Amino acid sequence: MPFSIDPIYILILAGFVGFEIIKKVTPTLHTPLMSATNAISGISLVGSLVAAGSDHLTGQVLGFVAVTAATINVVGGFMITERMLKMFRKREKKS
Amino acid sequence: MTFLAEMVYIAAAVLFVVGIKRMSAPATARKGNLLSSLGMFLAVLGTLIHFRILTPEFILLGMVIGSAAGAVLARVVKMTEMPQMVALLNGFGGLASLLVGWAEYHKNPSADLYTAVTTFLTVVVGGLTFSGSVIAWAKLKEVMTGKPILFRGQQTLNAAVLLSVFAGGVLFSMDPANNYPIFIALVGVGLLLGVTSVIPIGGADMPVVISLLNSYSGIAGCLAGFVIQNTVLIVTGSLVGASGIILTNIMCKAMNRSLANVLFSGFGSVTAKASAGEKGEVKSLTAPDAYALLEAAGSVLFVPGYGLAVAQAQHACHELAALLEKNGAEVAFAIHPVAGRMPGHMNVLLAEANVSYDLLKEMDDVNPGIDAVDVAVVIGANDVVNPAAREDASSPIFGMPIINVDKARTVIVMKRSMAAGFAGIENPLFYKENTRMLFGDAKAVLQELVSEFKRT
Repeated sequence: MPFSIDPIYILILAGFVGFEIIKKVTPTLHTPLMSATNAISGISLVGSLVAAGSDHLTGQVLGFVAVTAATINVVGGFMITERMLKMFRKREKKS
Repeated sequence: MTFLAEMVYIAAAVLFVVGIKRMSAPATARKGNLLSSLGMFLAVLGTLIHFRILTPEFILLGMVIGSAAGAVLARVVKMTEMPQMVALLNGFGGLASLLVGWAEYHKNPSADLYTAVTTFLTVVVGGLTFSGSVIAWAKLKEVMTGKPILFRGQQTLNAAVLLSVFAGGVLFSMDPANNYPIFIALVGVGLLLGVTSVIPIGGADMPVVISLLNSYSGIAGCLAGFVIQNTVLIVTGSLVGASGIILTNIMCKAMNRSLANVLFSGFGSVTAKASAGEKGEVKSLTAPDAYALLEAAGSVLFVPGYGLAVAQAQHACHELAALLEKNGAEVAFAIHPVAGRMPGHMNVLLAEANVSYDLLKEMDDVNPGIDAVDVAVVIGANDVVNPAAREDASSPIFGMPIINVDKARTVIVMKRSMAAGFAGIENPLFYKENTRMLFGDAKAVLQELVSEFKRT
């Protein structure tokens, strides 16, 4: 695949979007935020699926391990985040 | 790539951005997490359909195994163990990126220069994320020592490892098809780099390391996106990369140290020399005395630290806080950004114990009014309340922003013994006129106070 400048634009702009939205997250939620972004970084699952779907045996084996690892990351990450966020409660106003 | 698949990927990217944005406040955060996971689901589904990857069936098996393992881990982990669990999961993400780069090489060994460079970077950063996360996990889980591991020639070794990454990378990229051994060596060196860069970092600096590894896993995913020309990986990877960098920066600022200082100095490995000057007298008190103080207090500020997590004292702490409120006191929790072993660690523990999140205050919000606080209760925190950071220019933590508990009318410090904190730094707070030490296990002591309250 030849070099193309487009992905660089995407990289930089997405990075800026990331900076802007993360800056606004309250420190109270930094742990769930981290575990959610952690789950999102399991997006390499998409790459792992592509790799596992190749017709080369070594690629398939490596891809299989990658799929398993990335799925642990994704499923574990989102579920833990949900478990934590469920605990953040504001008490009802005292009468 | 078909139009439909691209649309699905764009939708996924949008869902990630909106999902993270919703995480800015507790009230909307759960929906945010749901949106992000929906984005991931779409991205995976789109990939499976677009590439017609349903055979070989073992791919699906991998997803089933991964989902089951992930679900079990998510269910059994205790809130106090969250830092090591996040580190471990992060490692799996890095491993996946490493393997994607590796598999891609097998698919097309005689790649052009651009692909060769991004492939080698993917395996190095992916490997570094994986092994670094495993070491961080081992340190947090105390499978290995949490202290910095330092040895002579460490900097030289690190420099050599880094240099060999560059040298190997150049050699490999010039002729990828004939340099498979170099490629494998690069995988090894990447893994080694993760180990050598995390072992010199001590337990209390883990918030920085975890944030940084989080960033690396994003960067690794992003690089893998360059290798397989997949935009959703690039977008998502750079989002996560940016997120980790911001958190790393916040953590460093909260310790008034540069990232380089955290990574290379082996902070906390030196035992501070006992300070010469007179330290004054330590005044300790018993639980009934502490009860009397608290019972009379109009406002109480709790300052939790890693010791709260170690003692699993969050529930007892909440119970005491609730009783104090019933007694008419104004109660709040002051949370230092680096309290605990990862960003926001204390907040999660207190949320688990049902403490309402509007009681969780940031350092900068409590400090201005802290002289009006009747009793500040320090639970298992040390360096983050050390006034030497403000007063003693010779202290290693001088300049670090702290919670100024010493300015409260009375300070009760719950602590196991007089041992110095993680960094081995003397804490003059313990000798102040208005400080009372309450020795013992935090959980036991808190429970004792609770029963004192209940008795009356």
